[in-house]
Amino acid sequence: MAKVIVVTSGKGGVGKTTSTAALGAALAQRGEKVAVVDFDVGLRNLDLVMGAERRVVYDLINVVQGDAKLAQALIRDKRLDTLFLLPASQTRDKDNLTAEGVATVMAELKQHFDWVVCDSPAGIERGATLAMRHADIAVVVTNPEVSSVRDSDRIIGLLDAKTERAEKGQRIEKHLLLTRYDPIRAERGDMLKVEDVLEILSIPLLGIIPESPDVLRASNLGTPVTLVESAPSSAYRDAARRLAGESIPITVPGEKRGLFGKLFGRRAA
Amino acid sequence: MSLFQFLNFNRRNTAPVARERLQVLLAHERAAVGHSDLVGVLREEILAVIAKHVSVDSDRVQVKMEKGEIVSTLEVDIEIPATASIRKAS
Repeated sequence: MAKVIVVTSGKGGVGKTTSTAALGAALAQRGEKVAVVDFDVGLRNLDLVMGAERRVVYDLINVVQGDAKLAQALIRDKRLDTLFLLPASQTRDKDNLTAEGVATVMAELKQHFDWVVCDSPAGIERGATLAMRHADIAVVVTNPEVSSVRDSDRIIGLLDAKTERAEKGQRIEKHLLLTRYDPIRAERGDMLKVEDVLEILSIPLLGIIPESPDVLRASNLGTPVTLVESAPSSAYRDAARRLAGESIPITVPGEKRGLFGKLFGRRAA
Repeated sequence: MSLFQFLNFNRRNTAPVARERLQVLLAHERAAVGHSDLVGVLREEILAVIAKHVSVDSDRVQVKMEKGEIVSTLEVDIEIPATASIRKAS
């Protein structure tokens, strides 16, 4: 049974696309069949972060409108056999993305894949609500910074109101992915701590991705972060394993021992 | 330079401030979002009651909810034009 994940945040630039590529690749590395879907119509970037920008022929809107079959639009990753990308349209109007069309494409994707990972556009408009609509699991990407935390709180409210699961009275799993975390600045009192963000947003923690130049390096090359060994890479891989149901203690790379115990106590998934 | 050093010396931790500001702000915003529907429902129902007796333009009805610490106030502002036809109560 396929699981649908939405990677969302409200605020732009916090790492949704990076996280979609990284988690998608990490799940595929486990041998599971994964489709990553870009919902950012008009501003697609998942293709670029995945290094597939020159291989895009058809896109999500072509499939929604019946101009192309799903199989024609899906791009198979060159490094991982089980990883596929469904790009967004760069030129079409985002109004072409209809609720019915998205529902049809999602139903078809669920038949063929173990995981469907949807990269949401920023904001709380239609694109974002369409991306979250069919999700079973939401990964809320948040930076330890006031505007990002506020927007995440807003998105959590939307997840509880606008998703199909919420409308049916079912629970939608929500997880916090804290990105660009700097344990040294947090320890110094210059950055919100993991505990602060968790207390404010009160959703379970999926992982902590440390601030690292390796993230930019990976996107420069068009490689999902998880495919090259680094601190953020192992943090993303652990997060993916938690999504898959494994129970792995959450650690902050480079942080002092004292805080480990506290984080250890929190349930990951 | 000396001013910079002075500021730096007195620099306090900013993260607790961020945390507190967020807690206060989000407490208000969550309440506001939770009530936004209520205001909409009230507006429709109040308008329906008024319309039974006086014909009013739906754009001329303002309903506002003001959240306070102890009490909240509901402000209803209805403009009835001088030429409005008053329906007789049956």
